[in-house]
Amino acid sequence: MATARIVIVGAGPAGIRCAETLLAAGLKPILIDENRRDGGQIYRRQPEGFTRDYVTLYGTEAAKAKDLHQSFDRLRGQIDYRPDTLVWNLTPGQLCCVSQGKHSTVDYDALILCTGATDRLMPTEGWQLAGTYSLGGAQIALKSQAVSIGHRVVFMGSGPLLYLVASQYVKAGASVAAVLDTSPRIKRIGALPKLLARPGLLFTGMKLLAQLYRAKIPVHLGINPLQVLGDAASGVSGVRISMAKGETLTIDCDAVALGYHLRPETQLADLAGCRMRFDEASSQWWLAVDEAGRTSVSGVYAAGDGSKIRGADAAEHAGRLVAMALLEDLQQPVNIGLRDEQRHALAVMDQFRLGLAQAFPWPAAQAKALPDSAIVCRCEMISAGELRRTVSEKGACEVNRAKAFSRVGMGRCQGRYCSQAGAEVIAAAAGVSVQQVGRQRGQAPVKPLSMLTEEVSP
Amino acid sequence: MMLHKADVVIVGGGLMGSAAAFFLRQRGQSVILLERDQIGQYASGVNFGNVRRQGRFLGQLELANRSWALWRRLPELIDDDLEFIASGHMRVCYREDEIPELEAYAAAPEAAQLDLKIYRGAELHERFPFLGPEVKGGSYAPHDGHANPRLAAPAFARAARRLGARIEEQTEVADVQKVGGEFTVTTTDGRQFSAERLLITAGAWGQKLSEQFGEPVPLDTHGPQMAVTEPVPYALPTVIGVYTKIPEEVIYFRQIPRGNIIIGGGYRSKPDMLNRRAYVEPRSILNQMDQMRRLLPGVGNLNIIRVWSGIEGYLPDSLPVMGPSGNVDGLYYAFGFCGHGFQLGPGVGDVMAELISTGSTSTSIEPFSIRRFASSAEQRTTEQRSRAS
Repeated sequence: MATARIVIVGAGPAGIRCAETLLAAGLKPILIDENRRDGGQIYRRQPEGFTRDYVTLYGTEAAKAKDLHQSFDRLRGQIDYRPDTLVWNLTPGQLCCVSQGKHSTVDYDALILCTGATDRLMPTEGWQLAGTYSLGGAQIALKSQAVSIGHRVVFMGSGPLLYLVASQYVKAGASVAAVLDTSPRIKRIGALPKLLARPGLLFTGMKLLAQLYRAKIPVHLGINPLQVLGDAASGVSGVRISMAKGETLTIDCDAVALGYHLRPETQLADLAGCRMRFDEASSQWWLAVDEAGRTSVSGVYAAGDGSKIRGADAAEHAGRLVAMALLEDLQQPVNIGLRDEQRHALAVMDQFRLGLAQAFPWPAAQAKALPDSAIVCRCEMISAGELRRTVSEKGACEVNRAKAFSRVGMGRCQGRYCSQAGAEVIAAAAGVSVQQVGRQRGQAPVKPLSMLTEEVSP
Repeated sequence: MMLHKADVVIVGGGLMGSAAAFFLRQRGQSVILLERDQIGQYASGVNFGNVRRQGRFLGQLELANRSWALWRRLPELIDDDLEFIASGHMRVCYREDEIPELEAYAAAPEAAQLDLKIYRGAELHERFPFLGPEVKGGSYAPHDGHANPRLAAPAFARAARRLGARIEEQTEVADVQKVGGEFTVTTTDGRQFSAERLLITAGAWGQKLSEQFGEPVPLDTHGPQMAVTEPVPYALPTVIGVYTKIPEEVIYFRQIPRGNIIIGGGYRSKPDMLNRRAYVEPRSILNQMDQMRRLLPGVGNLNIIRVWSGIEGYLPDSLPVMGPSGNVDGLYYAFGFCGHGFQLGPGVGDVMAELISTGSTSTSIEPFSIRRFASSAEQRTTEQRSRAS
């Protein structure tokens, strides 16, 4: 199968390293990316004509960003690179793509999904008010457009991205009102042995924190979000939280960046029929892949945060490793030394990611405590109370059923931002584990598809 | 082994089975309903949601009228409104020579209760200014409308349960036997249910059971192709559907008060019967976009946010199997509604309950009898025998 049609979806760290490895073996993949430029989310490149330097844009990650971009620039002319192209659906052996309103299909023998991750969100009462962003959204505004999401921004949630984005805002000169972490200090201490698997990265994290303290940004740990304050007309005006010791604190702001680490983008894998598995450590559904990135469907592979949330460094290793798995499956020679190097690096990162999950746990209990009036699904404006009633009055104890009854997860975001919290609300109301209520089935289109979309003749 | 007994056992918890359970309980019959997966999960929960009478086989309108009267009694009937709106239904065509066909339908005595009105030319575009210029005529049914299919079967099942019906979900039938005057249903988890009367409302799987009783039917399965747009201000209360003989031109849409426009029609997909899942074919969506731009030019800049399919049972004459078995006393069928069962659901439940508890029904259902396939089944058997010999 020397002429195998290999398609990689996603030009972030995993996709680029995968393409690079395949190219080195003499294979020329098609690399499809939704974004206009390469780099994915974490190493998102600024639009043409913007001139900020690497340190300004990527801070502690500047060297890695530069290396990845340079690698991409070297291989760009040698592969079939298709930016600004959304894969909105697939059938066995064929991808459905749309680019600038034109629809086309791309046939594949092997498909490598490097689709990355999006923010994992937990609702707080009032989070539907204009001015509430996800951490990732706040980061995109800064990296891509060099703008802050507000004049005075609160960062709330948990996980490494909370500190990374907050410090990037500080560095860019934005006004950061506070960094509010739901995880208490004790969790971090408990996670230290695992986090020490990557002392360099742990040190980077501590540096970020030190930067925040130096800039005199209030950082509160072990908080509990109570409400995003404001009104529909003027949007966010503040946040109200309870502190670790129980007292209530109100902080004025006009924007909130919210997030609890990441969730994988698995829609395409789901539409391809790939099996999913429940990851206990992070308490969410991940794609079931073997060590090298083979999914349960023959010819479909995955790497990076889209299959396992392990961060950008791991994504680069996983991208190389999945390329080598494909080469093996195509009976092509593989550099064993290089392969083992990726495996060892990933083993260390697996350990570290367990530490992160322990240090910054997903705040499942918040879902149970959400007031009935709090909105869970922002697209369809469905409240926690309405969702709970599908359980108590209509007997829905499974997420797809609760979705059918309540519309939670039926909106524009296709459940990206509400289905995990929704599952927690359902599980709590039904008195079962979140694993038992299942996961929302993927449905096309992966992102909204304009009715103006027209077919181009092949 | 524990044996659970009732007057009637129903196999299949779609809209037909759930509604039948409800009306049987109203008539005082004890009922056990067995559903392999979840109530209303397949054809019943994923269809377009048309509560439409016009355009049906004329011989079905008596049943549709009976059902319509029940839809009108929501929410009192089952204490749930199912988001039913009698918004009006407009059946439009792209060709002048199709208008007389719409007129002939409107003039049929069977369609009298529908109060159909034919629109054409300037009057049509004045009344429905959003329709594209290619639309030449249409038949307006003021009393037809639409409802939310996701809610219907579960609501009927809950209402039946409140009246005392026993509803068993995640309960798959392994075997059905009739010994003496009694049917015994054994499920895959080893439980047994028995009754003197058995109703098969198993949709796309109905023929598996009818076949066991010597009544095979040529049932085929298709996946409907549905899409929904993001919400926009509510402006299109009328359900619109295209009347045409060209399959790609078949398109229908409805807007719900929260703003989304639901679209169906065009191609169908082949369901994966092994995993019991049906997908939307990408070409269906592209075709729907083409057809929608033609029918409703203003739809252009909206986004499709979700598509879905399901598993529907079809018979070659596009009519359901409904009524008593031709072979076995006490056995009844209501399945294979060929993609147009949603509006009929309450009426089918009511008629089947009447038939099962009284032995007859005042509504004509003769055209749907399973016996219409009997001769061809006998033929097939004869052919098989002659091939074997």
